[in-house]
Amino acid sequence: MTTMTIAKAINEGLRATLRSNPRSLLMGEDIGPLGGVYRVTDGLIAEFGADRVVDTPLAESGIIGTAIGLALRGYLPICEIQFDGFVFPGFNQITTQLAKMHSRSNGNLTVPVVIRIPYGGGIGSIEHHSESPEALFAHTAGLRIVTPSNPHDAYWMIQQAVDCQDPVIVFEPKRRYWLKGEVDTESAGLAADPFKAHVLREGTDATVVVYGPLVPVALAAANAAAEDGHSVEVIDLRSISPIDFDAVTESVTKTGRLIVAHEAPTFGGIGGEIAARISERAFHSLEAPVIRVGGFHMPYPVAKVEEDYLPDIDRILEALDRALSY
Amino acid sequence: MGATHLPSTEFDGTEMDDRLEAEAEAQLGAPATPMVQLLGPDGTLGTDPVFSEYADRLDAEKLRGFYADMAAIRRFDQEATALQRQGQLALWVPLTGQEAAQIGSGRASQPQDYIFPTYREHGVALTRNVDLAELLRQFRGVSNGGWNPKETNFHLYTLVLAAQTPHAVGYAMGIQRDQKLAAAAAAAAGRADGHAGGQAPEPKAAVVVYFGDGASSEGDVHESMVFASSYNAPVVFFCQNNHWAISVPSSVQTRIPLSNRAKGYGFPGIRVDGNDVIAVHAVTEWALEHAREGNGPVLIEAFTYRVGAHTTADDPTKYRASAEESRWRAKDPLERLEKYLRAADMADDAFFAQVKADGDELAAYVRKTTYELETPDIRTAFANTYVEAHPLVAEELAWFEEYSAGFADEADTVEADTEGTR
Repeated sequence: MTTMTIAKAINEGLRATLRSNPRSLLMGEDIGPLGGVYRVTDGLIAEFGADRVVDTPLAESGIIGTAIGLALRGYLPICEIQFDGFVFPGFNQITTQLAKMHSRSNGNLTVPVVIRIPYGGGIGSIEHHSESPEALFAHTAGLRIVTPSNPHDAYWMIQQAVDCQDPVIVFEPKRRYWLKGEVDTESAGLAADPFKAHVLREGTDATVVVYGPLVPVALAAANAAAEDGHSVEVIDLRSISPIDFDAVTESVTKTGRLIVAHEAPTFGGIGGEIAARISERAFHSLEAPVIRVGGFHMPYPVAKVEEDYLPDIDRILEALDRALSY
Repeated sequence: MGATHLPSTEFDGTEMDDRLEAEAEAQLGAPATPMVQLLGPDGTLGTDPVFSEYADRLDAEKLRGFYADMAAIRRFDQEATALQRQGQLALWVPLTGQEAAQIGSGRASQPQDYIFPTYREHGVALTRNVDLAELLRQFRGVSNGGWNPKETNFHLYTLVLAAQTPHAVGYAMGIQRDQKLAAAAAAAAGRADGHAGGQAPEPKAAVVVYFGDGASSEGDVHESMVFASSYNAPVVFFCQNNHWAISVPSSVQTRIPLSNRAKGYGFPGIRVDGNDVIAVHAVTEWALEHAREGNGPVLIEAFTYRVGAHTTADDPTKYRASAEESRWRAKDPLERLEKYLRAADMADDAFFAQVKADGDELAAYVRKTTYELETPDIRTAFANTYVEAHPLVAEELAWFEEYSAGFADEADTVEADTEGTR
């Protein structure tokens, strides 16, 4: 076991991948000598050289598009998109090309491209640097989406994403990059399957489903609820596509109440999808409507008011109160 | 019909060429890129200081082959258009007029090269030995692809304009890395000849990516040229300037010859007469050798014309004059090669009769095979969405199976009812 931050864990995961697979390579803006704007690729160009840690021209469509070409030639490109709000110039390549290549080739071609995207708010940043666009990608068949909430998952998920033969987007919770935790670099253990949800805390009265940056928030809310005598189960979804509906169903069957929280706006979001599926799967177990906690239907607000936008402990507790009131 | 009230976009190809080049010259303060032409519309062979050498490599057999290829793909184009008119294809994208650009460039590529077409490159597909009947799968609605690119190194058609250009550059960057990995392996094995083990070294490869004057405006073309230039990638950008992006003339896409844009990226740009199969072949062969030898990308602009409609759903009479089409028909790529072959005693009546017979045979084969193309089972779409097992796909497939099973009793009846309507 080694203690490290999420950023360092991803760095070490990338290093392990680059060492073990000579056809893997990193591509992105400022990922070379600078080590990325968040230093996630720090030191990697020194070990692996500029052919495998590629500082690209400043062009997201070009990054994703050339990664697709490299994958068609048998390479394993791992692309860094600098910020969530800057993925959109590459959106066309991701949704019309990357996601569909295997299908439209009748299974003849595979494009195992990995795209890393730091996402989410809470860092007091300027426009386009705090967004959570995961639902836009989850809606696209052919893509897989995972998001780590702790260093151990981060270390293994990035490697599992590279090993996966499908394209995988890794949404990295940027405000948790400096969150420390223990990493077992010898064994993934419970993190062996990146597409399975984890029950982080067991409870009997309600289930709170979260992922990425809101995991510590939900755990804190569960602690606060416990002081009021409410037993809250917390699930870290880990994978946004596919979603581990079996794990959520099992939990709701036990607790009867479900709250889904994410930073992204609730309308058309992951929470709505979970609510719909769970109402179909566990209707007779539900004691209350599924309640969503998330961003509002507005462009991500300016930094000075983002605290009013982002789900926090109180917003989750308020949702819990509503769920328990039925 | 000849349109009489056309918008100001009406122009003659040659006039536009002259006007654009004059503008370019004025802006650049230097002569604009001239157009490489070896075989003129009258069927006489000219010379070029660089490219005649490449034309000299072509013997009579190869030239007859070019003609046969161009005739075959034109006949195929006619048959596919007819199949669409008869309701056998949902859509067809005709290539007539662009045979020389496609056969000339396609025949310049080697088997180890990889080709990224857009969606009109039926002639290039022929040169890559793609079964032309397979090509129709996409247009009959039974596949989004139809052939396995790994078998021919001819990628699937891409319908999102220019989206394939960065794929081509990335593929070329992969070729560069393969060469380095091979060199490293050879060095590790202590060999100086560049290959490890006893087998012959892999032949050097390059990539050709096709796009049109319309797609040249897409950002992906720009980004691709930047990437290709930055990494000196072995890729040939082959732009068929057929003058019309559906209804919009190329003057709306560019004020200078498209080949001039290469200067801005720092690699060679060549405009070639796209209706001259000999010149197209020569220029492409030069560009591919240039790229394979590690000298970086090249942009070729094949100056040609889409004689027919954009697709079978298009109506060119609404936006261009038939006189313009007539002027371009006079520059027909097949006619000029026929004149040359006859004048040089390289082909006789018997040859041209045989080409026609072969074309009719191909058309019959394509028609028969089109009727026989099997409609896939939607289960294959479930199977091909992801490579690895996916619980949502499995769940939806299970639902679909259960739902379908509910109709099992009726299946025989339904089968019998629809039999006669196919």
